[in-house]
Amino acid sequence: MPEPTITLKVTRYRPGQEKAPSDQLYSVPYHEDWVVLDALNYIKDKIDGSLSFRWSCHMGVCGSCGMMVNGVPKLTCAVFLRDYYPKTIRVEPLENFPIIRDLVIDMSDFMEKLRRIKPWIIRETEKPLAEGEYLQTPEEHETYLPFSMCINCMLCYSACPVYGLNPTFLGPAAIALAHRYNLDSRDEGQKMRQPVIASHEGIWECTFVGECSEVCPKLVDPAAAIQRSKVSTTQDWFKSMLLPWKTK
Amino acid sequence: MNNTLTHDVLIVGGGGAGVRAAIAAAEASGQVSIGVLSKVYPMRSHTVAAEGGTAAVLREGDHLDLHAKDTIFGSDFLADQDAVEAFVREAPQEVIQLEHWGCPWSRDPDGRVSARPFGGMSLNRTVFAADKTGFHMLHTLFQTSLKYEQIVYYDEWFVSSLLVEEGKACGVAAINLQDGQVRPISAKAIIVCTGGAGRVFPFTTNGWIKTGDGMAMAYRAGVALKDMEFVQYHPTGLPDTGILITEASRGEGGVLKNKDGYRYLQDYGLGPASDTIVRKKMELGPRDILSRAHMKEHEAGRTFEGPYGHYVHLDLTHLGEELIDKKLPFVRELARNYAGIDPVYEPIPVRPVVHYMMGGIDTDAMGRTSLEGLYAAGEVACVSINGANRLGSNSLTECLVFGARVGREATEYALGRDAPASKPLAQLARDEERRIEDRFLKKVEGKERISTIREEMHQTMEKGAGIFRDGKELRETCEVLRTLRERFGDIALTHQDRVFNTELTAALELDFMLDVAETVAHSGLQRQESRGSHTRTDFPKRDDDNFLKHSLAHHTPQGPSITYSPVTITRWPPEERKY
Repeated sequence: MPEPTITLKVTRYRPGQEKAPSDQLYSVPYHEDWVVLDALNYIKDKIDGSLSFRWSCHMGVCGSCGMMVNGVPKLTCAVFLRDYYPKTIRVEPLENFPIIRDLVIDMSDFMEKLRRIKPWIIRETEKPLAEGEYLQTPEEHETYLPFSMCINCMLCYSACPVYGLNPTFLGPAAIALAHRYNLDSRDEGQKMRQPVIASHEGIWECTFVGECSEVCPKLVDPAAAIQRSKVSTTQDWFKSMLLPWKTK
Repeated sequence: MNNTLTHDVLIVGGGGAGVRAAIAAAEASGQVSIGVLSKVYPMRSHTVAAEGGTAAVLREGDHLDLHAKDTIFGSDFLADQDAVEAFVREAPQEVIQLEHWGCPWSRDPDGRVSARPFGGMSLNRTVFAADKTGFHMLHTLFQTSLKYEQIVYYDEWFVSSLLVEEGKACGVAAINLQDGQVRPISAKAIIVCTGGAGRVFPFTTNGWIKTGDGMAMAYRAGVALKDMEFVQYHPTGLPDTGILITEASRGEGGVLKNKDGYRYLQDYGLGPASDTIVRKKMELGPRDILSRAHMKEHEAGRTFEGPYGHYVHLDLTHLGEELIDKKLPFVRELARNYAGIDPVYEPIPVRPVVHYMMGGIDTDAMGRTSLEGLYAAGEVACVSINGANRLGSNSLTECLVFGARVGREATEYALGRDAPASKPLAQLARDEERRIEDRFLKKVEGKERISTIREEMHQTMEKGAGIFRDGKELRETCEVLRTLRERFGDIALTHQDRVFNTELTAALELDFMLDVAETVAHSGLQRQESRGSHTRTDFPKRDDDNFLKHSLAHHTPQGPSITYSPVTITRWPPEERKY
């Protein structure tokens, strides 16, 4: 019996040499336990060393290896060949991003947005370290914890139709992270984050299609964060209009 | 193209130690400019994969001396005790500092930070964020660092060499992966935080990026690599992928069973077997002893055999779904996705897997190296607090304590000094550019493939420098590595343009790994005793008369030359290591 194989149809793009991305077919051995990333590594090691892609941990936590697999944003270390076999698997760079080369996208836009939402604890006064930790009940901890699980893999940006049309949109992961800090009992920075979130490129653009939450490999639910941020922003606005003395 | 970028303090590596160092430098002085170079985006660094927790004395009933003693005992007395004392003293404030920065540590009902039992630790002192501790620590550190405008990140810049001028470290040459250009970056002080080198072995928990870059660069620049023979095997990795199943799963009550359903660790000096958690006993013994016990069970024919080799069972089924979901959710996710079993209902197949390098760049307790201006912290460094065997949950704390120390120390050094002259630096960078072009990018001939040499390195390292070693096999490994070094000169790349050339970086990484692998094999060959993780079947006893000392591997064109330096003993004289 010849060894079973599976075909990957992979996007190639070599800037300076090609005007537009093209497809290349690779046939690799089929192993039931291989993830798509294993097949890409086989190509890189044995067939074509010039194929570029990112990866590191191979366990779904570093967030490097996001790609479109048959048109759906996926961590390639977490999807198995057996889910597609014997059909050809199409592997493309994440949608909605500029391509640097082959399967490598440019995510520098997200890195700027990350800084803009001030993803750190903001407090008026700091307790000295010698006084120990800020107490936080398990319930307070649970409130923000799900929104702290984001691995910055960019799958949600790739799935987001609003980001696709308007790259100035802050986007699901950044808003979810701002929400994470706003919900943290140790944080007092919500008002400083609000202008960024409520700005024209902010949450008002989101049409609540929910694709972001659907593709999230860590079940973060950015769509919920966006909706809840909308509500609290609206409440702030009403409070400031109707009850100006309460916002001080 | 050689316009030089300049910082006061330059940090190579954006993992736990690197980012902690950057923040410490920024807090030490608002005047210093800090550059952080990472070959990936910092939050991809392998700190992200640490699971179980970070050790610090925070609870009533615990004491700094107990943490120190556990660590020294675990190290098989090869740790420097002055460094360990500083480490345990500063650990609590670092863990609290992370809490203040927002790290979502798991909490007790009263709102305080929780602590769990861990291997070789005599009390519950391992603070955790469920079983994603490293992930939460790294993201908290990285996000916090973004508030300091004086910290400049160079994401996806691959450092290929340290630049040394007149006996001082004065900068680095780095490839910006986006355009492939080699650029010099000058600095008054350089801190290496590039992590370990588990990828010199075939079967490892370590990510693809852990290729010993910083170790090899410091080694080539004349700094010794210390205690490189000590490689930690984690006893519980998934058999196919080597994915880590955290020690916290045993800290929470999980047990190890051989194919007869027997808790075999009681036969290896760790008993008696108990249904309750007994610290430092059975499954909470240290990693070196547990990994050896697994291999002995295998030799005796009492392990399971599967398509990916021998394994035993890590049984969590008695812990219940609620506890597993609350405290070990990642273990459940990993076991389901990558082993196809649900640990709530079935035991997890596990086997020992290369996890951590105790050895590294020889530093003192302030992170200084023998090369002026060069510092190191984290797994890449060997201070040494880990000696011959690291205790689980000490490494994340090490990143925090020594990252902060080295950040402050390097800042103080940099503040009193002028920037290095840019002209010689530019020349050094041009030399590096030429080296990369001649050896890799413009080379047309060559018949070796990167992956072939890498695989042969893996095979010889596993064969000669694995859990059990002997002189004959170690010697063979040293010889094979030499021939691989020669053959490496004949590799050819298919990717010869510049943009995001990951074949070039893979070649440079293999180049680094070959150096690191040689230091492991040679240091191991010359240490004719068994201590901690280093087990010589031809020298089965610890030999304090001849080997209570650190090995130092020095770079020579013919391979490593090994010398020794004394171990610092303060209050805990060596005794037999029994649990």
